[in-house]
Amino acid sequence: MKKLKFSTIALAIAAPLAAAVVSITISSLAVLASHKSPFDAYKTMWDFGTTSSSLMQMLNTATPYYIAALAIAITFRAGLFNIGVEGQLRLGAIFGAYLGAKFILPPVLHIIAIMVIAMTIGGLWAAIAGYLKVKRGVSEVISTIMLNSLAGGLSSYLLANYFVDRTTNSNNMSTKTLPKSGQFPDLMPLLNKFGVENQPGGGVYGMLIFAIALGFVFWFVINRTRFGFELRASGSNPIAARFSGVNSKRMVFVAMALSGAVAGLAGLPAVLGETHAFNMGFRTGIGFSAIAVALLGRNNPVGMGISAMLFGFLEVSSRSLELIDIAPETYVIMQGSILLSSVIAYEVVRRYKITLQSKELAKAVAE
Amino acid sequence: MKIKALKFLRYATILVFVLAVIRQITGASDLTSVGTASAALLLSVPIVLAGLGGLFSERSGVVNIGLEGMMVMGAWAGGMIGYKHGPWLGLLAAIIFGAVGALVHAIATITFGVDHVVSGVAINIIAMGLVRYLSTILYKSGAWKGPSQSPDVDSIGTNSLPVLSGGDYFGWKSPDLLNSLAEKHWFFISDLASILRGITGDLSYVTVLAIAMVPLSLFVLWKTAFGLRLRSAGEAPIAAESLGVNVYAMKYAGVLISGGLAGLGGGFLAIVAANHYQENQIAGRGYIGLAALLFGNYRPGGILMGAGLFGFADALQLRDSASVHALILLIVVVLAVLIIRDIRKGKIVKAALTFAFAGLSLWYFMAVKELPGQLVTMTPYIATLLIMSLASQRLRMPAADGIPYRRGGLR
Repeated sequence: MKKLKFSTIALAIAAPLAAAVVSITISSLAVLASHKSPFDAYKTMWDFGTTSSSLMQMLNTATPYYIAALAIAITFRAGLFNIGVEGQLRLGAIFGAYLGAKFILPPVLHIIAIMVIAMTIGGLWAAIAGYLKVKRGVSEVISTIMLNSLAGGLSSYLLANYFVDRTTNSNNMSTKTLPKSGQFPDLMPLLNKFGVENQPGGGVYGMLIFAIALGFVFWFVINRTRFGFELRASGSNPIAARFSGVNSKRMVFVAMALSGAVAGLAGLPAVLGETHAFNMGFRTGIGFSAIAVALLGRNNPVGMGISAMLFGFLEVSSRSLELIDIAPETYVIMQGSILLSSVIAYEVVRRYKITLQSKELAKAVAE
Repeated sequence: MKIKALKFLRYATILVFVLAVIRQITGASDLTSVGTASAALLLSVPIVLAGLGGLFSERSGVVNIGLEGMMVMGAWAGGMIGYKHGPWLGLLAAIIFGAVGALVHAIATITFGVDHVVSGVAINIIAMGLVRYLSTILYKSGAWKGPSQSPDVDSIGTNSLPVLSGGDYFGWKSPDLLNSLAEKHWFFISDLASILRGITGDLSYVTVLAIAMVPLSLFVLWKTAFGLRLRSAGEAPIAAESLGVNVYAMKYAGVLISGGLAGLGGGFLAIVAANHYQENQIAGRGYIGLAALLFGNYRPGGILMGAGLFGFADALQLRDSASVHALILLIVVVLAVLIIRDIRKGKIVKAALTFAFAGLSLWYFMAVKELPGQLVTMTPYIATLLIMSLASQRLRMPAADGIPYRRGGLR
């Protein structure tokens, strides 16, 4: 019995460890290819990445990744794949910023109202894919990627023609600035109390707290409610789910719409916490990095949190590579190799576990 | 087979006729011009190649969402090798790079049994990151002018179909019958002539090669022993294995061919459709290729038709917005046909819904004189969504498509 326990722990560590070794090897080769020392690169990244200014930026990068990854994980659990998070969060952010600047509410209510707007828009946009999947059998992978491109065109069209704030003369097209009540307070004053000093790079998004809470809600709903059970059931075994009374078509639609609603929030940390408006500089690619974060974190709220921070750390700390004349884009190689090697490692370990279990079983039966 | 070809010709003629009528009504002369037809063919080719790539992979039982990433790799390699060593070697490099991307997909899905969609999406993310990293290095080393664009590649020669579309054959100048017919501006006849002139004139040699891949794929997959074995790996791998087929090898072959074709599609975009590699050049065309594969119900001929439709939408978008505006009227016409069909079948609610959508489209067509640029660029994606949702979804996908296979039936 003891032996089994040891092997379980060893196996749990084996996958990330093997993935780490492989990805460090690949990244080192990439750095070596540009005739630089990988050790210098890692040391520079570590030294720069662990300064408190970098760590704050790391958290700011990780927050939208985490929310978007939660959105993707909802569909994964239901046996679907929403790769349209990029478009959903973009539309959620632009509508939230534009409509949110149109009214004034008491502080907390205003933020909640903006979030509801963003969730509605994101949810509706994703619901198109859900509807097409259920009614017309269109693969959600294709429809969501098409909807991404549409969201990109639509948001720049809306911004340029209808949503742009014409009262300010600026080259950077932007919606009207949100009133104070619609701005999410920064965590910096709070951190000051714990002895963290202000940094030139800015503060920490208040939505970090919200994202953590959202992760908990995700865990609770998926694992502890009837709805979550039905969602997972229709994902892991649709036929069995149908026989136990789950309407799997309805589940597909609901899962897509819910995922889009959560995705709609992922654009807000920057809009509510930093720019206080939607502008042309809105970050692109959050939705795609979040796919990697969700895959790496195995749809587990804690795992996704760790991988979101890892991705944020790599992105922020790699900026220092410029100093020693290495392309900062090296982080893309690191993220990519981590993603691929861990996806493979998880699968290998999973299969090895099954073999091990069946061996144990055979032994137990023989005894 | 003969009846099918006749049916196709009939549909094509009807489509050209409808387009001619719409051109007449709206005055959007570019709708059936030589230039549009030629651009449509040019933009269909990458989608055909991606679709055929998907065909080989999925017929062997491996879902290939990674086509997009393999096209990106191909386009990058095409620009990178093409500007130094000429376009033909560039295309060869594109094929090889696409196949390298496919090899990663094959190792992950076939050897290690990773979920096909997960691996494919991972490859797309990695491919985009990889080419950005490599481009930055090349830019910093001074070889490239910008981090997102390769230097220009020499163009590959073009030629035309003799007698009908002009061209130059060993010093003999061929007449250009179709073009002279197109310039007469006779209703329908000139429309037909200019479309035919567009797809038979000034063809790049690569275009001809790529289109020849369609019958070639049909032959390889359905008329050779290799094709039968490859398809058996996608239909019933356990049965195939018991008959002595090396299922792993077949799947590897399918995925590698898939990557080569997708890479060629990417290289085509960089070298033939443009004259350099550019970031975001692929812009979802790998996924559109997959859509063409589904539209074509996993058959080469169907893929060609699907790719033709998507390529046409893409071409109109690139050429001028008046035609895209006219295209809305085409959508209304198609919807009208659907409404009549639904009423005949007694599906009144569905007909009413379609009618509402058609009315909305018609109103938008009347209300807006010219579409804004941001919306025009959305044309191919809207077309893909619309065609996918309107086309019948009675798909016959390979029976074991997307299911990880382990020799000996272990999971």
